[in-house]
Amino acid sequence: MIVVGGGLAGLAAAYTLAQHDLEVLVLERGDYAGAKNLTGGRLYINPIRKLFPELWRKAPLERPIVREGVMIMAAESSLSLNYTGAELASEPYQSYSVLRAKFDRWFAKEVERKGAAIVTKTKVDDVIIQDGQICGVRADGEELRADVVIACDGVLSLIAEKAGLRKPGKPKDYAVGIKEVIELDAALIEERFGLEGNEGAACLFMGAVTKGVFGGGFLYTNQNSLSLGIVVGINELMSSESAVPAPALLEDLKQRAEIARLIKDGTPVEYGAHVIPEGGLASLTKLYGPGILVAGDAAGFSMNIGITVRGMEYAMASGYYAAQAALKAREKNDYSAQVLSAYEVLLNESFVMKDFYSFKDAPLALSNPRIYARYPELINDIMADLYAVPDGAKEKLYPTIKKYLNWREMLTMVSDMRKVMKL
Amino acid sequence: MTDILGLKAKLGLNVFKPSEHRHIAIKPGMEKDPRLKRAVLVCPAGLYTVNQDDRVELTIDGCLECGTCRIACGTDMLEWEYPPGGTGIQYRFG
Repeated sequence: MIVVGGGLAGLAAAYTLAQHDLEVLVLERGDYAGAKNLTGGRLYINPIRKLFPELWRKAPLERPIVREGVMIMAAESSLSLNYTGAELASEPYQSYSVLRAKFDRWFAKEVERKGAAIVTKTKVDDVIIQDGQICGVRADGEELRADVVIACDGVLSLIAEKAGLRKPGKPKDYAVGIKEVIELDAALIEERFGLEGNEGAACLFMGAVTKGVFGGGFLYTNQNSLSLGIVVGINELMSSESAVPAPALLEDLKQRAEIARLIKDGTPVEYGAHVIPEGGLASLTKLYGPGILVAGDAAGFSMNIGITVRGMEYAMASGYYAAQAALKAREKNDYSAQVLSAYEVLLNESFVMKDFYSFKDAPLALSNPRIYARYPELINDIMADLYAVPDGAKEKLYPTIKKYLNWREMLTMVSDMRKVMKL
Repeated sequence: MTDILGLKAKLGLNVFKPSEHRHIAIKPGMEKDPRLKRAVLVCPAGLYTVNQDDRVELTIDGCLECGTCRIACGTDMLEWEYPPGGTGIQYRFG
């Protein structure tokens, strides 16, 4: 078996295959696993805990997330919501902040310990197709044969494209994430975010952070650093009337008073960007073909439902199920698309496809520009008036709110709400 | 783009391993195509610029290999592949 790409999907597939004593080779184009990977910052463990029971105890995760925040930003004001709960703050923790270069590199070592071979600094250029069956890859001028190729080569998946399983991605189905890692003393992180010891916090930003278009910002606390970034729809970015270059959005976020005080005295140590699948169920690629399976970002397994943004656990789970399908094919000694279609059946029975079906309407509901422009301004205007104590008499509370909400506005809200209620 | 965003300094934080090979190239004749101009806005590294002749130019040094330009502009505009193994961006944090 050949796995293309040593990210989370590829490593999860290789780990599972090697556990069953199959000969597996991972080809990774970076200097090490994780060298080409970038995350916003958080891995949810619960859905995949049992798929890799031995993995979590020693995993180099950053901080368990015990505090969830949302900041709704208007141009010059913001409204914050913070959630803390005993279930978040006790073991087993549901999610951790993570840095991929560290985590993937460690995971790759675990994969090797299971008996898989990982070859780094090797780019796969093409697939070998014989009588319609994929039977290996071309890498650095060499032909490498395999019964099954598992394409885990990331969001663009040129390998799935060459195998005829997908077309180049369309702007409406993708967002770009841009992130800075900012080093900051652990004690300062704990003080600024109100954390005890190794506890961590997450915060999502919406509204003015993307100049009112689809997307948002994020901040995760790592052990000794912060991951601060923005995510914005590629379609919105390239057709935006205000024509703001993508990197300017992150710079503007850093300049905002609410953020500037959190990152003060921090040292930026890395600047990265990554494309994220945002199209949901409708834009998943074909998942299998004769001699080939597609997993992780390559297949489109990442999902934004506003309040949670997830990808890595889908990557690991899809890698696991791809391996299970490959194992079945090995048992039958039949690597046809028909046998490998077991992969899709396994995914359908798992949380992966169940989530993608449950949230199939999320991309449409979240593409509504009022969520990013009108409503953040509106809620902040209302808060400003509610808190205001003017020179003279204060208006009654209900009329204060009511003046912002005329019938037309309310009707639009009800209609927007109905879309959100499908989630 | 003038470097008002300090992108040069930001990209300077990263570990890049150089390669002789330009892994992204503007297809001949497409330099003035409006579809290509999208790259100027979307590239997180600010590597696309419009010159005085209204032609889009690409500096490949500092490329984060994210693929945003390939998705925004399309494969009619760009020859796009990943750089050779063991070259390009090597994230230390990611």
